[in-house]
Amino acid sequence: MKEILKIVKLNKRYHTVNGEIEAVKDFSFNVDDSSFIAIVGPSGCGKSTILSILCGIEKKSGGKILFNKKDAVIGYMLQNDTLLPWLSVLDNALLGLKINGNLNKETKERTISLIKTYGLGDFINSYPSSLSGGMRQRVALIRTLAINPDILLLDEAFSSLDYQTRLEVSNDVYEIIKKEKKTTIMVTHDIGEAISMADTVIVLSKRPAKIKNVYKIKFNDNTTPSDKRTHEQFNTYYKMIWEDLDINV
Amino acid sequence: MSEEHKVYLKKIKKKNRLVLITQIIVFILFIVLWEIASHYNLINTFLTSSPSNVVKTIISLYKEGNLFKHIFITAYETIISFFIGTLIGLIIASLMWWNNFTARVISPYLTILNSLPKVALGPILIIWVGANMNSIIVMALLISVIITIINAYHGFSNTDESRIKLLKSFKASKWQIFTNLVIPGNIKTIFNILKINISMSLIGVIMGELLVSKEGLGYLIMYGSQVFNLNLVMTGIILLCCLSIIIYYIIVMTEKKFIKYY
Ligand SMILES: Nc1ncnc2c1ncn2[C@@H]1O[C@H](COP(=O)(O)OP(=O)(O)OP(=O)(O)O)[C@@H](O)[C@H]1O
Ligand SMILES: [Mg+2]
Repeated sequence: MKEILKIVKLNKRYHTVNGEIEAVKDFSFNVDDSSFIAIVGPSGCGKSTILSILCGIEKKSGGKILFNKKDAVIGYMLQNDTLLPWLSVLDNALLGLKINGNLNKETKERTISLIKTYGLGDFINSYPSSLSGGMRQRVALIRTLAINPDILLLDEAFSSLDYQTRLEVSNDVYEIIKKEKKTTIMVTHDIGEAISMADTVIVLSKRPAKIKNVYKIKFNDNTTPSDKRTHEQFNTYYKMIWEDLDINV
Repeated sequence: MSEEHKVYLKKIKKKNRLVLITQIIVFILFIVLWEIASHYNLINTFLTSSPSNVVKTIISLYKEGNLFKHIFITAYETIISFFIGTLIGLIIASLMWWNNFTARVISPYLTILNSLPKVALGPILIIWVGANMNSIIVMALLISVIITIINAYHGFSNTDESRIKLLKSFKASKWQIFTNLVIPGNIKTIFNILKINISMSLIGVIMGELLVSKEGLGYLIMYGSQVFNLNLVMTGIILLCCLSIIIYYIIVMTEKKFIKYY
């Protein structure tokens, strides 16, 4: 399969007045096109840092990040609910296009059709305050997809949702991502979420983040994330990853 | 809409109306008692004036052609200093947000200036700017500008970090972050500043008028007390109340127009 991104010996140190924090150490990984990678690891180990560096918000301290094309567009969906309350659903979804200067008739139409496809057509002119948590996350995902990213980064994108909604949104998002054929890197501390959504799970050590183990996730049939949770294989993976993480603590 | 909900809404409406009616009654009662007390000489009208005397004074001011002159002068001074003070304050706060170095340098001076009673600068202003309308405007402006900077900068610099991150993930420039996030995210703060500044500017203008002017409501109050015409003083104060209510109301209405996403 075609490689879309190569990360080589990525290092990151944060500098504060109180000292230096080594957040990521020699993190190397190759990302295939259209793959779905989940990163799990102990709290505070440097997961968000890796995504922030990939997307250019943070500077790296060392190593290489090589995209297979120049000016790769990166869609970053953040940990918190970041819809802007003063913008309508449509304007929120168009925010990325507006900022990076790609807002035109065509991209606007595309975004509107995304909103409609993913069940928010009736809310297109509503404000976020009138949406449920799950709907808000869907808008945030559409906003990220609207800029037509080459790679999608999800950082605990569902952690603010209650369990039930979270399973539903996982299904939705999984379906959307597969349909749009997006390469995805998802950070989560929910092992089940990682196994049920990703095809590769990277387990990180505690800070500074190093790769501890990589699991190729294969299910006999490809169904929805919530179906996968009921499979026999799910428990096997769960146990292995859980033990990996447990030893770290 | 269910019957239960209709009943609920009706109940709320009824309560709101009751509050309003009570407020009006309290006001009317106050005026009536004041009038009765002065009519039967229960209070010394020389010191307290009375509603009818206030009305008479307003009419005679109107006949002399002075009523609107005084109101307009005060309103004009207030609005000018309000706009200039708010604008300068917001610009400085924006510069501080833009450049952290500037913010750190300016901060302690702001704290000092904020704790200084600006009225104390009155005499200096009169010497520097002259005993005219300009020194009144400068005085009012000084009162509002410092508090504007402090409040606006506080709001600007507390802009949600993860929202900034989000915009950065779209490769937003600093200017884009400012216009798409910092300003709209602080609309409420800004309107609160406007509300504070209207009263600040009025305070400043009246202060200034008490010190130097030959016209305006502050002058009316000052002149009235100098010649022991308490009717004039009360009239001035009541007109001032009306003026500040009107200006405040204009801001509240603008705010309602602006903020519609709740
Ligand atoms: N801007 C920063 N300045 C200094 N230290 C930071 C900064 N951002 C993160 N860190 C530190 O780097 C380490 C890794 O942080 P990071 O947010 O990447 O962890 P995480 O794995 O995403 O954690 P969580 O599971 O809580 O989301 C933490 O110890 C954190 O305190
Ligand atoms: Mg994190």
